[in-house]
Amino acid sequence: MTTDTTFIPLSEIRKPPVPNPENAPTEDIREVLYELEAAGELIVQRVPEPYIEVMTKYGRTKKIPEQMTWHHKSCGQCGHIPGYSTSIFWLNRQFGMNYVDPYDQTSCTAWNYYASATSNAVAQASVASRNFAAAYATGYFPMIHCGTSYGHYKETRMELAHHKDLRDKVRDIMGKLNKPLVVPEEIVHYSEWIHAMRDRIAQRQTLDFTGIVASIHPACHYYKLVTEDAIYDPDIYGGQRTATVTGIVESLGATVGDYSTFFDCCGFGFRHILVQRDFSRSFATQRKIEIMKEEANPDVVITHDTGCVTTLDKSQFAAKAHQRNVGVPVLSDAQFAALAMGAHPYRVVQLHWHATDYTALLEKMGIDWEKAWAEFEVDLGRLERNEIEFLSWEDADAK
Amino acid sequence: MSTTAPPAAFTAFPGATISPNTYVDVAYEDKLALWEEVKADDRFPDYLYGCYECGICVASCPSARFYDFSPRKIAQAAAREDIELIYEQMNDDVWNCSQCFSCNRCPRQNSPGGLITLLREVAVRNGLGTAKEALEGYGRVVYKIMTTGTQISPDMLQPDAFPDWGPDVEKTSDNLDVWRRALPPETLHTTEMSWVVSEETLIELYLIWLHSDVMDMIAEADEGLHMIILDVMEETLEDAGYEI
Repeated sequence: MTTDTTFIPLSEIRKPPVPNPENAPTEDIREVLYELEAAGELIVQRVPEPYIEVMTKYGRTKKIPEQMTWHHKSCGQCGHIPGYSTSIFWLNRQFGMNYVDPYDQTSCTAWNYYASATSNAVAQASVASRNFAAAYATGYFPMIHCGTSYGHYKETRMELAHHKDLRDKVRDIMGKLNKPLVVPEEIVHYSEWIHAMRDRIAQRQTLDFTGIVASIHPACHYYKLVTEDAIYDPDIYGGQRTATVTGIVESLGATVGDYSTFFDCCGFGFRHILVQRDFSRSFATQRKIEIMKEEANPDVVITHDTGCVTTLDKSQFAAKAHQRNVGVPVLSDAQFAALAMGAHPYRVVQLHWHATDYTALLEKMGIDWEKAWAEFEVDLGRLERNEIEFLSWEDADAK
Repeated sequence: MSTTAPPAAFTAFPGATISPNTYVDVAYEDKLALWEEVKADDRFPDYLYGCYECGICVASCPSARFYDFSPRKIAQAAAREDIELIYEQMNDDVWNCSQCFSCNRCPRQNSPGGLITLLREVAVRNGLGTAKEALEGYGRVVYKIMTTGTQISPDMLQPDAFPDWGPDVEKTSDNLDVWRRALPPETLHTTEMSWVVSEETLIELYLIWLHSDVMDMIAEADEGLHMIILDVMEETLEDAGYEI
């Protein structure tokens, strides 16, 4: 395949009319939930003020809470790429946002459900409702870190709204846990918070990203499951693709490197990434990374989900051994934004957990990664000698 | 929809449908019962509205590029209620699906991925041999999610488990304890689960598993795994004053 970069600039894509929510082809699930609440069937947790209003696919308005958020963490982010979660928290702290990082949260368990089917609708809705009830008890609003949790919870909310038998069974189980049946008014993904905050993040930017080319990978479970809840913006891709992720990348001054397999998944596969990785590796490298390299030659891939960062990043080592055209670092939008605001690449962004070489990217961003690593090694030495038990947030921001 | 009688040349069993019968040792009635179980799920009507055979789902499907797999055939077989083909798919196809739901682009609003979720669930609940085979090697993950409330843990990052992820896995494994302590969020100071989950929360999770028939599904899928998980749950619940 030859290299051809003659794409239509995104800014020149003709803008279709802004969608009118009156013509939306799907129901507004929130209206159904309010009716169920009025009938005493469940509690709807309202988005706390202040919130930011954004537009979703069919022109409806979605409320994104600025703070008072209960951070529903992600298994893969916390377990294998913890700089992802740390960057989300760091961004919240930089803006002085009031949030909770709970111990009474479980996984949504949807990764396992989509991988093994060793569960069922009642169990999945009960797990979701237990987490929602735990958030509700604190007065903080769920902020979902994982794209699959976000998609699965949107499906679960839809099922609870439409199936009385399911509601009754889940309410019965919640009763055994001494918890109410609560459903959030909005299911909010952290990347929607970043999108809503993108201008404020850009105002706090300390590094120049104008020389950076970033290719975007949108997470399937963000916008393909219950598609009407995802953010779209007439000023981004003419409103024809989800605006989340692309919005923050553009706000930070980077160039979006478009490519023809934008809509393809990353190859995660849920069960495949754990027990059948030949598929994940092949798809991630041949349908995503190589296409990006050939068509846009990006400095970095930016995405917004656990599985996408993992699959796109970790799959490149084996492909490189086969002389494939790979070698692009993969970051989340949270990590990209944190770096732009001056976060430490190791203490906060924790890039040493990533596989693909990222040092050229850091150099292009103007970050002295060798100096930063030396600083981090001093921290590690203090931890090894038990001079400190843990690295604190104050340590993370030490100059 | 109806289950129409097939041409005799295609099946050894009268009453079956038009696809060749590749699982002749399974009675048609048993295959039909599994399909009825799929259709009885509340979600089924939302996942199937008919099929144009346009192939949009196949074009967007990652698994179709690497396997002999087609979400269009899944929707077609379901729409025709082709019992023999559905049974074959339940055994030979469904575990190839990536569950990305790219196929939700269907202009008829079908969700072949959603149908596959239901087919898989019925396959596991009924202990089909192919479901057990598909889940071989996956038991440790089911154990992890059901007992710790998180899907994966940092200590899973072992070089022999992820040789294709490169030498950094060994580096991570060697430095795991100190690298985890170098994370500012306090909930991440663990190597055995994705984040620290309180015991009270785990008790609530175990009660959900027990009250939602999930343990019965695990027993069908893997009896040994079921016993191990039940042991862990029983010990914790009994310590907390619950009787199993």
